[in-house]
Amino acid sequence: MNEKKVVYSLCCMCTGRCPIMVEVENGVIKHIWGNPYVFGAKSLCPRGAAGVAFEYDNERPQYPMIRDGERGSGKWRRVSWEEAFDFLADKFKKIIEEYGAKAIALSDRGGPHTELHKLFLRALGSPNYFTHHATCSNSVHNAHMSVAGHARNTVGFDYKNCKYLVVFGRNLLESLITGEARNVIEMINSGGKLVYIDVRWTYTASKAYKFFIINPGTDYALALALINVIVNQQLYEADFVNRYVIGLKYLKTFIQPYTPEWAAKETGIPAEEIRRMAYEAAENKPSVIFHPGWMTAWYSQDFYFRRAIYILNALMGSYEAKGGIFISKGAGDCGVKIKQPTSIAPKVTEERCDGAGTEYPWIKGQWGMLQRLPEVIETGQPYPIKAYIAMRHDPLASMPDLETWIKAFEKLDLVVAIDVNWSWTSWYADIILPEATYLERTDNVIERKGLKPQLALRQKVIEPRFDAKSRFQIFKTLAEKLGKGEYFPWRDEIEMVNWQLEGTGFTFEDFAKKGIIDLTQEPIWYDRKNLKFNTPSGKIEVFSEALENSGIPSLSPYEKPTPTPEGHLRLITGKVALHTQGRTTSNNLYLNELCPENYLYIHPSFAKKQGLKEGDLVEISNNGVSQKIRVRITPYIHPEIGFMLHGFGDPVPVRTRSFGKGASDVVLMKGQLKVTVGGNCPLFETFIKIDKI
Amino acid sequence: MSQYLITQNYKKCIGCFACVVHCKIENNLPVGPRFCDILPVGPKEINGVPRIIFVYMNCFHCEEAFCMKACPTGAMTKRVKDGIVYVREDLCIGCKSCIKACPWGIPQWNPNSRKVFKCHLCMHRLDRGEKPACVEGCTTSCLNFTKPEEATANIRREYAERIAENLKAILR
Repeated sequence: MNEKKVVYSLCCMCTGRCPIMVEVENGVIKHIWGNPYVFGAKSLCPRGAAGVAFEYDNERPQYPMIRDGERGSGKWRRVSWEEAFDFLADKFKKIIEEYGAKAIALSDRGGPHTELHKLFLRALGSPNYFTHHATCSNSVHNAHMSVAGHARNTVGFDYKNCKYLVVFGRNLLESLITGEARNVIEMINSGGKLVYIDVRWTYTASKAYKFFIINPGTDYALALALINVIVNQQLYEADFVNRYVIGLKYLKTFIQPYTPEWAAKETGIPAEEIRRMAYEAAENKPSVIFHPGWMTAWYSQDFYFRRAIYILNALMGSYEAKGGIFISKGAGDCGVKIKQPTSIAPKVTEERCDGAGTEYPWIKGQWGMLQRLPEVIETGQPYPIKAYIAMRHDPLASMPDLETWIKAFEKLDLVVAIDVNWSWTSWYADIILPEATYLERTDNVIERKGLKPQLALRQKVIEPRFDAKSRFQIFKTLAEKLGKGEYFPWRDEIEMVNWQLEGTGFTFEDFAKKGIIDLTQEPIWYDRKNLKFNTPSGKIEVFSEALENSGIPSLSPYEKPTPTPEGHLRLITGKVALHTQGRTTSNNLYLNELCPENYLYIHPSFAKKQGLKEGDLVEISNNGVSQKIRVRITPYIHPEIGFMLHGFGDPVPVRTRSFGKGASDVVLMKGQLKVTVGGNCPLFETFIKIDKI
Repeated sequence: MSQYLITQNYKKCIGCFACVVHCKIENNLPVGPRFCDILPVGPKEINGVPRIIFVYMNCFHCEEAFCMKACPTGAMTKRVKDGIVYVREDLCIGCKSCIKACPWGIPQWNPNSRKVFKCHLCMHRLDRGEKPACVEGCTTSCLNFTKPEEATANIRREYAERIAENLKAILR
């Protein structure tokens, strides 16, 4: 009997969550395509396509395991789920009795599929939910909150209609999401101009109308000079600015020293080019986007750099303009209200352990500052943390200062790794719970916000291949064992989905046909004359009283980057289309085949000085740690930069394809487990020494 | 020549290798062989910006196929109804003559079966009325599965449209 079916769902090979169409034959997944109802084609990036190889890979945790040796020894004992749950319930109970539920912390990678993790913490009464954004979007999130009351991702970009797109190092066409890449390409091919600024050439640069290699760490100077020209020459969208911008006078005074001539010396970009960029952007306003970035854990001044970019967008009037930045519309804008699982449990009023929202009032607790956790664990201040759950997150592989983490782990009574992969963190955990993969589980309903909001669902395509459980089953069972079952009242995922949809007229079955539910036929735009921003004033706050009251200036004077020491390079990392979120892709059969290791890209002038040739094996070191990697030489990189792809140098031996290949960027970023004003780690303030082996 | 043609819009291609991965998944290829491929060429500076071109390669399914002529057993076969050149595995003896004969390096060595296999334009999909996997899955839809007569008609139309864009200059 040849039984074929198609299941619509959401990808999870990266955090893009692209809508997918999965072909199944006799219970076996044959192919994963993009959802044609969303993309207008079956397009799906290589990572998404390689989801089939991920699913049928045996090199992932296959059953619950309890540590059977020293932490990090890789010795495990297979246990039943019953034993695993009892082990955990026992440990959690003891910790809660002695230290309270707040002694339990959890981190994940953020996004809308975190409802059940958050609900679990809420049910117990712990405020200590963290995302990975300390090494990702914290600065851009917190900056945008302070300017416009929006997160990075509660607005979207109308690329298709954009006429002038200025990008600072956001490698849109390599570090890509299918839908976004398609829209950017459509923009370029219909005449929109892309100005690309980076410390190195990328495939995105290749498609640009203009490309500038900027001096590392000086992007803020460029943004200030652009503001200088736009404000002094009154190139801004006056109607919009008069209506919504608070602090134009303050801005004008502040930016006076930052002339294009000054910025040219800092950035290496000629003054006339900076001026031209400002004028060209203004000619195309409001269909202009100054892209604020995504992974923005770059520098200490990132918060102010990102604020400056959002200010540029405000000056162009690009908020809620065709071809600009639109405010993402949700189900509520279509008169549809879906219930969120977290709403079942009361909000936790306890203060967070990391100071987000208290000690650091301008840093939002919804993302947290995970880089503070090891210090909190070590010192027991402001209160002890005794259990840590790494939920599909791998801080040891993605946060700086590995040793600090491992040392802090020693003070924990419990380290839990819940993952579909062997992660570095799982190697140091006390217990590993294998999660059912994204193709083996159903998650909560999410809103796909945008101009045309949709509801979307990740649904189970096949039964788990191994002895794995869904996050729903894991957190529900744990909550029940801890006497908090009332907060997980649904029998299974489908019942939860239908509960979320109560009163909307939709049910779980409605996702079968297209995987998504369209809530509107026409794009929704707000009235540009009546916009409301979620800041204290309801306006765009160039001058922010809230920041000033916290002792933080609204705008901070530009600080010169630390000069690169002689014989050193500044380490910058990034991604390619074949790999993001290294734990999911680096050991994938096909993605590993096409891109098995990373290289250190350097400028010919540095290569000459150090006597290095293409392909040479070098030792890179910083702060007492080192990695080995091969060299590639390119003229299209700043001479003070060493660039490598993120996500390599895998230390987990059971991942046989990626084990030991290339170098880990994060290991080299030792010393960057810092809190900056944006809540981000300043990862790109790492200098590396290069020695030929 | 088969009656089909895959064209590539260089301006839209971003070198992401989705075509290669979709192909390998669809045809369940082992590590190593690639039925289609992306060859990055460049970067080369053009008007001050280093540009790269990603050349998409798959089998041309030649009318006078070198691989077929070289094949001593008749394993390299042309499908009568549409001219697709494919390998009949039962007849292949693994002599690799086709690999040496093809000027474009198209026939691939299958390390598992120790025989040759190659791009067959996903003929199992074509027979269901679907496009080859590389075209279907392409991230930016830069690949187009077409026929030569359609392709030339499209090129003419696009050229005419470019001329039309410049109508002011022409009719000044």
